[in-house]
Amino acid sequence: MGKVKEVKKRKRPKPPPSGGKPSKEFKIGLLRRMMEIRAFEDKVFELLARDILKGASHVYAGQEAVAVGACSAISQKDYITSTHRGHGHSVAMGCDLKLMMAELCGKATGYCKGRGGSMHIADVRNRNLGATGIVGGNIPVATGAGLAAQLKGEDSVVLCFFGDGAANEGAFHESLNMAGRWKLPVIYICENNLYGMSVAFEKACAVSDIAGRARGYAMPGVCVDGQRVLEVRQAVLEAVGRARKGEGPTLIEAKTYRYRGHSRSDPRAYRTREEEQYWHDRDPIKLFSEDLVKEGTMTLEEITAVQAEVDAEIAEAERFAVDESPYPDPSEVMQDVYVGWIEGERGLVRL
Amino acid sequence: MPVITYREAIRDALAEEMRRDPRVFVMGEDVAIYGGAYQATKGLWEEFGESRVRDTAISEEVIAGAATGAAMCGMRPVAEIMYVDFMTLAMDQFVNQAAKNRYMFGGKTTVPMVLRTEGGAGRCIAAHHSQSLEAWFVHSPGVFVVMPSTPYDVKGLLKTSIRDDNPVLFIEHKMLYGEKGEVPAEEYLIPLGEAAVRRQGADVTIASYSRMAFRANEAADLLAKEGIEAEVIDLRCLQPLDIDAVLESVKKTGRLVLASEGYKNVNFVCEVAMRVQEHAFDWLDAPIERVCAANCPVPMSPVLEDEAIPSTEKIVQAARRTLGKA
Repeated sequence: MGKVKEVKKRKRPKPPPSGGKPSKEFKIGLLRRMMEIRAFEDKVFELLARDILKGASHVYAGQEAVAVGACSAISQKDYITSTHRGHGHSVAMGCDLKLMMAELCGKATGYCKGRGGSMHIADVRNRNLGATGIVGGNIPVATGAGLAAQLKGEDSVVLCFFGDGAANEGAFHESLNMAGRWKLPVIYICENNLYGMSVAFEKACAVSDIAGRARGYAMPGVCVDGQRVLEVRQAVLEAVGRARKGEGPTLIEAKTYRYRGHSRSDPRAYRTREEEQYWHDRDPIKLFSEDLVKEGTMTLEEITAVQAEVDAEIAEAERFAVDESPYPDPSEVMQDVYVGWIEGERGLVRL
Repeated sequence: MPVITYREAIRDALAEEMRRDPRVFVMGEDVAIYGGAYQATKGLWEEFGESRVRDTAISEEVIAGAATGAAMCGMRPVAEIMYVDFMTLAMDQFVNQAAKNRYMFGGKTTVPMVLRTEGGAGRCIAAHHSQSLEAWFVHSPGVFVVMPSTPYDVKGLLKTSIRDDNPVLFIEHKMLYGEKGEVPAEEYLIPLGEAAVRRQGADVTIASYSRMAFRANEAADLLAKEGIEAEVIDLRCLQPLDIDAVLESVKKTGRLVLASEGYKNVNFVCEVAMRVQEHAFDWLDAPIERVCAANCPVPMSPVLEDEAIPSTEKIVQAARRTLGKA
């Protein structure tokens, strides 16, 4: 395998001091991040259709304001856990688009050396504790990360992303109960995009708002418009503030929508085109761009220029992942199942 | 040398490791002031306080999952699942998250957690409190499974498991907590993946683990009266497995009896038997025998429970069969 070029680390947009108004530069950073997610996901969808990308990919397009708004409210000492539909979370955490695309392509240069793929992206060193293919599987793990922060006496917080479907898993109940009792610094963020896989939220859930369940777990429950990045950011900022002061967890429900089907093969027969149009009219990138232009922070030309830069980044990520990156060596398939041991001829042997 | 019980050995191991490393903490149901359903954590809450010896809700999934997350963030949790039968409620977190995160994330994380639990029959508490489910977990790449039988082994192996960076399922046996044995006062560790040869013999190998290791010893005593010298191996650790100890013994005796309290179907010992026939086929003088629990939910009535789980006599009979002396 050839030597891989040193990849420049990207930073999350630096949050303004708490209580301070977001700067122009900060807001441009938010817009750019949302555009990056959208462009990345559109590219993923295209690569799936061209059968260049194998396996499953569940695209985040439409939900950008939730990941970007939420992750903009935390700092380098905080953690997230993500989901099978979690590319947006990783991008919002500042993950490198090239290394992400390489991971989706199963390449050796990917974040997880091609072992995890789309549904299991992680960057643990940078406190992205990873995505999971099990709906709700990350909720107890996030709760544990909050427990660790509390035991260590750190004021780190954990953002736990999950969907409306996961909110009906037992893991949700157990985790929020324990976090509420122990006052763990976890912000549980439910991205209610109105559908599990094909079953509408209103058919699966006994109630119409997940946020209301917070009452059963002794924590605040907040409902936000998931298409408005600054509204999401504000709600998470307040929750983070509470958590850092030891006041415990919060449950935030962001009403949002995924533009694509559950996965590539989904023809979306369970949604009407009218409903989809309604949510396309509420595209988070469109809404934020309009606000930025209206308030004079950016011009249309500047926005177009950012989009062009983003498009170039995505093209670079595609080149890196598809054309330049090698697949892993098959002889390495058994590495890292364990620490210190590996499968030998007659069973596990010490390394 | 001091003689202490299996449960005291567990408690001592936990206390020593918690004194040594502030990252080690205990959590589970009734572990704090109650001291654990089988009293294995008695005294820890008094010494270390309620933050480090933490009672949880009755929520096995978050017990296992929070241990996973805390371990990924630098702590070394020793979480307890009161009965191995309840591991069903913790399965996704242990088998899909804890077991697989290291591999799925390209080796870029570790999950240094221990899940202590206990299993086995003998108390007439029936099907939901008496199982031996180790086979399920040896079948899951990414976790270690440790099943010690003596106070000496339980202490040394628990300390090692806590210091190990892999997720370990540490399965104690409910009938062994009162068992007494010699345990050094000085610090010692037992490496994972090492079996113990309890008795040497040339005629037949009897390999087992946990409570069945005692029955294997008893069987060997009975067989000796018939002039049959059994070599008795206590496996101690199912994953990683010291198969070489078994192979070496089979190459000497040519005959193998495997005993386990798991159900007969797809018992863990089937894996052992397969590895023996893969690597020592030419040394076998008889088919391998397995003595396992009956394929029925563990019954309550003492007469039925005794019938369902492997007895010393059944191990003796199996050994005789390998020698054509049925």
